[in-house]
Amino acid sequence: MDILFTQPLLGNSELFFEGYRNTLILAVGALLGASAIGIVGASLKVWGGTLLSPLAGAYVEFFRNTPLLVQLSFFAVLLAPANLGITGSPIVVGLIGLSIYTGAYVTEVIRAGILSVDPRQIETARSLGLSQVQALRLVVLPQAIRTVIPPLGNLAIALVKNTAIVSAIAATELLKVAGIIETRTASFDGYLAALVAYWTLTIPLAIFVDVSERRLGYSR
Amino acid sequence: MRRLIASVIVLAFVVGACSSGPGASAVPSGGAASFAADSTMAKIQANGKLVCGTKFDVIGFGFKNPTNNEVQGLDADLCRAVADRLGVTPEFVEAISANRLPFLTEDKVDIVASTMTVTEERKQEIDFSLVYYVAGQSLLVKKASDIKSVDDLGGKKVCSGEGSTSEKNVRKKAPDAELLLFKTYTEAGQALADARCDAVSTDDTILFGLAQNIPDTELRGGTFTEEPLGIGIKKGKDDFVTFINDTLQAMKADGRLKALYDKNVKPYTGKDVVAPF
Repeated sequence: MDILFTQPLLGNSELFFEGYRNTLILAVGALLGASAIGIVGASLKVWGGTLLSPLAGAYVEFFRNTPLLVQLSFFAVLLAPANLGITGSPIVVGLIGLSIYTGAYVTEVIRAGILSVDPRQIETARSLGLSQVQALRLVVLPQAIRTVIPPLGNLAIALVKNTAIVSAIAATELLKVAGIIETRTASFDGYLAALVAYWTLTIPLAIFVDVSERRLGYSR
Repeated sequence: MRRLIASVIVLAFVVGACSSGPGASAVPSGGAASFAADSTMAKIQANGKLVCGTKFDVIGFGFKNPTNNEVQGLDADLCRAVADRLGVTPEFVEAISANRLPFLTEDKVDIVASTMTVTEERKQEIDFSLVYYVAGQSLLVKKASDIKSVDDLGGKKVCSGEGSTSEKNVRKKAPDAELLLFKTYTEAGQALADARCDAVSTDDTILFGLAQNIPDTELRGGTFTEEPLGIGIKKGKDDFVTFINDTLQAMKADGRLKALYDKNVKPYTGKDVVAPF
């Protein structure tokens, strides 16, 4: 335990927790953003018709097949006050960038979840007197969720780890503060603490995914 | 005559043999001084090069000229002076604020002359030479900016270098400012150009160079700190610290240091520099 309370860390604890807080903001914010994008994107892909469906497909293929670091660097300059004038805050750029990037993956996972349910089940539900929305909510959704929980959990964990890349556009998150602590004190304690800190974010996530998987899997 | 030469050679061998026991002199290359074999200086001479960490993007101190790939500036010239006195060639490695301490502690470089401020915290980790220049932290802003001094930074975005004293000073003097920390000051300057931040804050010496490259910017509010710059050396090399300090003293005495200030720093600050030791 002693390793967690070394002098380099004690002397810079305020800085460290600022980084921890910002990593948490990035992770939670982008998780919500990516989920929203993913639900909309998957709906468009499946039910969007000839116009919106290819558009959603283009979004997925573009953001899933280009490096996150390049996307973030691009957004940082694109959204800067001197250009589009939207934001100069690296945390906000990070939230936007991570949401869009992860949203592309979430779109694909949810789409696969929806398609995993046999469309004849909707027809059957409709013929039994359920409305289209009821059929989706009561028949498709429960089965789709069961299919998508494990891959979504993996995406959430990957997202938490990807927040570290936002340090490249000068966000003061865990990796950045670990670097600052290293240069202030020439010790690696900051990195060690950062690794443990990421772990405190991903392990509960992994446990949550595991538990909900088992809960939702009751009918199998 | 021939006999005289022969006897001198024999004598040289005898002296050489006698002194090749423990603590013997290394054979110096060129006309450089020789040192005890276990000294830091002798080890560097054996390597044939002095690996020196400098900035590559700070005009006037450490700047790699893209036209000829030569590293120019006061820091680079101090490295050259130390290397000259050892009779070895200097080899320059880019040492940015974020990596220069680890470079020393991990033996990746012999010395760091990288506009590095001497601080108590850093003294715990490395040793410093005499202070060779006193810089001061200032602000670089767009000419249209309403920021006049460090007191106006509350709520503003301030760019600086990761792992620099500048970053710490901004936290202290303007706790309400939002800090954006970049690996190099070139990136910080670009962020100012894009208006991602409202000001770049670091040593005036670095800002003078940045101001040359970013249009419509100027330094504001004078200096609000004193940043004594020193050459960094890994701990446990006291002999080398003494050697570097002697070099600096000698350069001050014979006017070489003044010439280096005039050549590298005065064109940007417009001020005469007096050695602070």
